[in-house]
Amino acid sequence: MADSVGRQVDSINHATGKINRLKLFKRKELTKEEKQRLRKEKKQHKKNKKDDRGPPEKEKEKEKASVPAPSKPATQSPAHKAAPVPVNASASESPVAAEKPAKSKAELRAERRARQDSERASKQGKKEGGQQSTSSKPKATPNELQPVVKRLPDHVQVDDPVALKKLAKKLERQQVRQINIVMLCLLSDCCPLTDDGFIQVFSEITLHIPVTVIHPSIVRLGLQYSQGIIAGSNARSVALLHAFKQVIQDYSTPPNEELSRDLVNKLSPYISFLSQCRPLSASMGNAIKYIKKEISNIPSQCKEEEAKRILQECIDSYINEKIILASEAISKYAIEKISDGDVILVYGCSSLVNHILCEAFEKQRKFRVIVVDSRPRLEGREALRRLVKKGIRCTYVLISALSYILPEVSKVFLGAHALLANGYVMSRVGTSQIALVAKAYNVPVLVCCETYKFCERVQTDSFVSNELDDPDDLIVTRNGKTHLENWQTVKSLGLLNLVYDVTPPDFVDLVITDLGMIPCTSVPVVLRVKNVDQ
Amino acid sequence: MPGADKETDLSERIESFLSELKRCGSGAGSLRGSAETARETTALLRRITAQARWGNAGELMEIIRKEGRRMTAAQPSETTVGNMIRRVLKIIREEYARSRGSSEETDQQESLHKLLTSGGSSEDNFRQHFTHLKANVIEAINELLTELEGTTDNISMQALEHIHSNEVIMTIGRSRTVEAFLKDAARKRKFHVIVAECAPFCQGHEMATSLCKEDIETTVIPDAAIFAVMSRVNKVIIGTQTVLANGGLRAVNGTHTLALAAKHHSTPLIVCAPMFKLSPQFPNEEDTFHKFVSPHEVLPFTEGEILSKVNAHCPVFDYVPPELITLFISNIGGNAPSYIYRLMSELYHPEDHEL
Repeated sequence: MADSVGRQVDSINHATGKINRLKLFKRKELTKEEKQRLRKEKKQHKKNKKDDRGPPEKEKEKEKASVPAPSKPATQSPAHKAAPVPVNASASESPVAAEKPAKSKAELRAERRARQDSERASKQGKKEGGQQSTSSKPKATPNELQPVVKRLPDHVQVDDPVALKKLAKKLERQQVRQINIVMLCLLSDCCPLTDDGFIQVFSEITLHIPVTVIHPSIVRLGLQYSQGIIAGSNARSVALLHAFKQVIQDYSTPPNEELSRDLVNKLSPYISFLSQCRPLSASMGNAIKYIKKEISNIPSQCKEEEAKRILQECIDSYINEKIILASEAISKYAIEKISDGDVILVYGCSSLVNHILCEAFEKQRKFRVIVVDSRPRLEGREALRRLVKKGIRCTYVLISALSYILPEVSKVFLGAHALLANGYVMSRVGTSQIALVAKAYNVPVLVCCETYKFCERVQTDSFVSNELDDPDDLIVTRNGKTHLENWQTVKSLGLLNLVYDVTPPDFVDLVITDLGMIPCTSVPVVLRVKNVDQ
Repeated sequence: MPGADKETDLSERIESFLSELKRCGSGAGSLRGSAETARETTALLRRITAQARWGNAGELMEIIRKEGRRMTAAQPSETTVGNMIRRVLKIIREEYARSRGSSEETDQQESLHKLLTSGGSSEDNFRQHFTHLKANVIEAINELLTELEGTTDNISMQALEHIHSNEVIMTIGRSRTVEAFLKDAARKRKFHVIVAECAPFCQGHEMATSLCKEDIETTVIPDAAIFAVMSRVNKVIIGTQTVLANGGLRAVNGTHTLALAAKHHSTPLIVCAPMFKLSPQFPNEEDTFHKFVSPHEVLPFTEGEILSKVNAHCPVFDYVPPELITLFISNIGGNAPSYIYRLMSELYHPEDHEL
């Protein structure tokens, strides 16, 4: 039945599918948004956040436009199945755009299709008795089930229009503009300020961010994230913590407010802003949780200067313990696993793995390294440079040559972006392939990961939740011909550029953490122990 | 003298063919598909049969073997050349046996009984002269040529049996056979194709643009995302450079990873390969199996300072073991990998395996 509706929708879309309609649709949304915002602003001071979820939901459902949103068959969700593919969109895909959307067509289509599907489903649901679309998580229950079910943050549920509207509302309330940062910009160390206090960033898109709302170091950080200037999970977390130190330094408690409560509220819009620039990593999420906890633990009679000092120290000790000392500990364990004559395979550029290899080389272990790299990011070249500078003997191949090079390899060292609670390793796309082929050749796979990257999410495949990178990165010019040059004009062609993938635990032999060497399946144990400690 | 002219003309053609082979292997000349190479080889062999001077079948086979060795030496990775030569040799043997009046079936099978009873009768040196042998051989080679021309169509005709609507099909790199296969199915069915781009040559891009000209929904993914995307895929259909004697493949690099990922997800792996790609080689010959091209595709010269301290490899082919393959689709129908040895015994004579 869904299939026939899908075909109807497709025929409607074929007739009406133009981007102009989409823009109209969006503008309509925005005006409704503003009306809602005015209404909500009155309410927001009275109720707190949890109560807010109840009434606005029902209102939104009633006011939901029955405009057939034009959507072309999503090319980034390849399966022609009725259920939409919920894809965790990066900042550039937020559909309620304040600025002119310079997104790629495929991403637009994916959102439109996803939104269209869930709208259709919820319309059917309304006929059947006002049930919400089954593809989204039920909103009413988490209040009761909070300790058991971990809800996905709002920005993750791209397919659910209700969640998207809520997110837009929340950002409006926090006076953070939703940003589509797509163009490249040459950023020097700090953003240049124009005369009236606004930040002029791009030649084509002007980002008007009232500086009074977002701290400039946070803005700079957000832009650095979205441009990929700061990349890699450790680097991002450290940069985030340093920016927060700056924020705390510049913070002053308003009168009649407690620092412990007000500072947390101040941080929330910053975090929303950053997650719009680039989705937060698990490590950043854990760092933010830690900071918020520390802030709320500040005793109320503490003076402001004292409190700030305490917080700065907390952040410093977090960085020191969880990142720097952790990497020392991990190196110590990992070096035991490297023996003379080893041929070690590494993938991409993991700061931790590079550190381990450099340490092992200094301790006079004799080994050689094979660096595997993949398009389009080609991060392996950076790792190659660092290792060659140290003097380590290296070989360099692309990931398609993996089957050729693996018979020579004795061990595989991989870095991780996060370790999920069901034992899956989330890491750069291609890691699962390396682990798969290594398993087929019976080569041990060792994953190195600090404990602060452990997160409580669970995921079984790389599709339900992922980050999408710019599809234009896949385009390449060879022999003077660029085949995919005008891929956006071709209706049936799409490019898919995933950033992360998940590796099943049976491919991984050992995880080296600062707490020791554990199997992949012990991640929830570590999480439990950490929670008990705190 | 007409005879001398014909001979010089023939040797000129052979030389030009050899230099073509050498050139297109290095990537400098235009890349030719295997089908073209097969056709040209067969046409050249027909010309040799027609124009060279030979008295009996044995001499002809010697000439062809000699030229064949030169041709395979010019481009060892282009196995279709060797395959066609072996086919033609088999044709000559068959025609000779038919002229002699004995049936070929009994001659071929080497049973213990035959070894005992026949003794030395298989010491048949092909020395007898038959007047119509030349014409028969040329006619048989013409048949072979017609068969070669129809291979792609024969394979595409089977497409509708294997692809059904709303499927997600994955492929890698660029194979003209698979392209024709999918385009044929797209006339009646709607499905989605994911193409892995196959760095560093990125032939997947060409494949994708060519497929979407026929309005097939195509998505291009980088090689690193093969395993990530495999959970969504219903079938994997690939082409290959060579089908080896044990049923394994010598295919473009990245295919082994694709096959392993398909095995992990229990996705069927279908190989579309015409019969002229079947080669009596085994994969154990390490030094002749792999072919490498310039590593500047992998690590360009712009990375100057580290280039001298680093080894970079750029292999072209991958070995895929037969356990990972579900089905071979060829111009004579669908087969399991375990049946390949039988097909090979029908195509080539065991004495021709070593040219």
